[in-house]
Amino acid sequence: MSILGIAVPVALLFVAAAIAAFVWAVRTGQMDDLETPAMRVLHDDEVGSERGVSRRPSGRRSADRG
Amino acid sequence: MTPVTDATTPRGARPARTAGADVACEHCGLPVPAGRLDPDAELLFCCAGCDTVHHAIRAAGLERYYDLRDDADDRVRPDGAGVRRYAEFDDPAFREVHVVADATGRARLDLYLENVHCAACVWLVERLPLVVEGVIEARLDARTGVARVEYDEGSVSPGEIARALDRLGYPCRPYRGLPMEEHRRREDRRHLIAIGVSGACAGNAMVSAFALWGGALSPGHALLLRGLGLLFTLVALVWPGRVFFQGALSSLRTRTMHMDVPVALALAAGTLQGAWNTWRGAGETYFESITAVVFLLLVGRFVQHRQQRRAHDAVELLAAVTPATARLLRDEEEHEVPVEALARGDRVVVRAGDRVPADGRVVAGSSRFDVSLLTGESRPVAAGEGDPVAAGAVNVAAAVRLEVESTGAETRIGRVMELVERSARTRPPIVRLADRLAHGFVVAVLALAIVTALVWIRRDPANAVEHAIALLIVTCPCALGLATPLAIAAAVGRAARAGILVKGGEVLERLARPGVVLLDKTGTLTRGEVRMVSLDGDRGVLGDVAAVEAEGTHAIARAFVAAADDASIPRTAARDVEHVLGHGARGTVDGRAIVVGSGRFVRAHASASPEIDDRERGMLDRGLSPVLIARDGQAVAVAGFGDPLRDDAPAAVEALHALGHELAIVSGDHPTIVRAVADELGVTRAEGSASPERKVEAVREARARGAAVVMVGDGVNDAAAFSGADVGVAVQGSAEASLASADVFLSREGLGPLVELFEGARRTTAVLRRNFAVSILYNVVAGGLAVAGEIDPLVAAVLMPLSSLSVVTLSYRSRTFGA
Repeated sequence: MSILGIAVPVALLFVAAAIAAFVWAVRTGQMDDLETPAMRVLHDDEVGSERGVSRRPSGRRSADRG
Repeated sequence: MTPVTDATTPRGARPARTAGADVACEHCGLPVPAGRLDPDAELLFCCAGCDTVHHAIRAAGLERYYDLRDDADDRVRPDGAGVRRYAEFDDPAFREVHVVADATGRARLDLYLENVHCAACVWLVERLPLVVEGVIEARLDARTGVARVEYDEGSVSPGEIARALDRLGYPCRPYRGLPMEEHRRREDRRHLIAIGVSGACAGNAMVSAFALWGGALSPGHALLLRGLGLLFTLVALVWPGRVFFQGALSSLRTRTMHMDVPVALALAAGTLQGAWNTWRGAGETYFESITAVVFLLLVGRFVQHRQQRRAHDAVELLAAVTPATARLLRDEEEHEVPVEALARGDRVVVRAGDRVPADGRVVAGSSRFDVSLLTGESRPVAAGEGDPVAAGAVNVAAAVRLEVESTGAETRIGRVMELVERSARTRPPIVRLADRLAHGFVVAVLALAIVTALVWIRRDPANAVEHAIALLIVTCPCALGLATPLAIAAAVGRAARAGILVKGGEVLERLARPGVVLLDKTGTLTRGEVRMVSLDGDRGVLGDVAAVEAEGTHAIARAFVAAADDASIPRTAARDVEHVLGHGARGTVDGRAIVVGSGRFVRAHASASPEIDDRERGMLDRGLSPVLIARDGQAVAVAGFGDPLRDDAPAAVEALHALGHELAIVSGDHPTIVRAVADELGVTRAEGSASPERKVEAVREARARGAAVVMVGDGVNDAAAFSGADVGVAVQGSAEASLASADVFLSREGLGPLVELFEGARRTTAVLRRNFAVSILYNVVAGGLAVAGEIDPLVAAVLMPLSSLSVVTLSYRSRTFGA
């Protein structure tokens, strides 16, 4: 009994934490679009001032091609 | 989008510079047409659009796009990129409607992009901040093609953003479905959370039940584990499971038996019994079964919901690509404005190829208008000064000026739309198969439960109520509630992959029964465009005619060029070309004087033999429009123009007959043409000159005879009939209005998908019946055991998922649509 008295509340905490994490993930829109992020991960350079990347196009290096 | 599947030229290989060979376009990889081959050019493009896009990409240093692009994907040719001016995007009215801005000048704009097709598109579009100064961020959803652009209002305008995207090969429109989208996102999230929470509860309730089944527990441990099960059950019922109780309550209030009633009853009875047994420390608890029921039913609902919405989404995106602007004349200058800005008395310019933005009268110029969208008439109608023109018609000949008389809902097309809405409101309510069954089911189960309780009161009064509740739980229509949505969702999903978008599952049930199929002609049985159907006389003249007509905007001119291309006749150049509106064209090709046009026009410039006269009459008798061709002052051939039947129309009609459907053609086109088409297809009932109102009437008449009516068409003139019919089917290339009111949209060309739709619907209904049979069999077995008092929680816990699993497997393994 004594071990269950500790294990069960701990397990309940885990369940509650898992549910809370899931609800948070859904509410912050992480399940909204399951396709595009999978494509985006292949892109090596990120764009946008928010991410602190310079505005200078990094693709310039291949500009002389063709 | 222009998906092209027959491109055989491998991309990546440098184009060979030899003329005549298949040279791949530098941008899209499609073959470069002979007319654009230039041995001196460094890079070759199939069209001006590709040229513009390629240079825009290079100028921004984004060539990596070509490395990222998936070559196996459909090739997309950016037709006319860099041409549109997007002036209406800079109108204050546009900003008001579509731009969301905060106090710091940071604005957000959602745009629907055409031509989005692969991962490289995501990469390219999200590089927008590198291309346009002032854009902060661009995020693209590849599935829907909607891009969210955040920008600084001080340094860039929506028009500049739109032009930049256009230059990159993505023509865009403001995304109109935004409020709807927000609502759906919330709905989706709610569903997901409900599934996640109920899944967690079911899993944990199952774990505590396992421990109980293991046995050899002290009473204290057993109480703890049962208490845990009860806790998870209560969470599952109060949080995600409350929808069943809400549904059951509203169903009781409206006095209609709904699937939610037996579900709620079983859940409530089982939980109360379990709670009581937990309290007294004896008897059965069914917590793991109850939580599993909640989880499985929620999954079934979500799947059904998603599938039906996907069809709605696809239809809406198609609707979003129809133009919404007009060229308004202000001080003799053209301004591109949103159609909503037009008012009575305004003057607008309608160029050749434009769609008429509002009902009005021609005040300058004369042209011909394709009104097939409104009336189904396949021949363009001429309109000169003072003639009325209806909104939605397409100007096929020359630029005209219109004075606007009515706009929006007051236009003819607006009134037709109102008719659509009215018909939709009076449509009889759908009685779903599952709900019909649920009604009988609830009554039967309740009666059985009462009988069980009465029988056991005599034999074993202590356990009588318990046995009755066990019956309620094991017969809970979980498999039934899961079987219908899953079978329908699987079928709708398969259909969508086969290019058939079904808006609601119950449509399939109605399509499975033989009934009356009313077919529109223009655009449905036929291609809906003018084509050269036959050429009598000297066929060698076709190449010369195509050369003269090469730059013509008239439908006949385009049809001549298309016919020459189909016959692989190389394009030559013509000199001294003169187009005479409404009559024909003249020109010189390699010294040969060519005259092409109406009988009167050609006879004015050349002599025609009696043989030519006969041929001309022959064309008229066949319901075709004759066009004479003269070479060096002598008429040498007569071409017949018409709207030819689709290649697969005869086979489709035969297949529909074979399925037991009664066919009839209802068209707005000329009765002789309709009759000719009907005879060719072997359809006995055919009606021409049918107005939209008359089509609704025809649907009503057929319904009055007690038949299930399916209306198949493409135009706005069919939209009202769609709403009145049991099922409305819009074919590929349909007008926006008809898409909105149709239940099914065929996104693949031709009538093949229509036959597939009927056959698939029949197979789906068969699958539904089989699922019902299986789940009822389970319920009979489980119910029998419960009545006999032989059900214990273990049996219930095994039978319940087993029945669900078998119907799920049956649903997904059955071939309903496609291969």
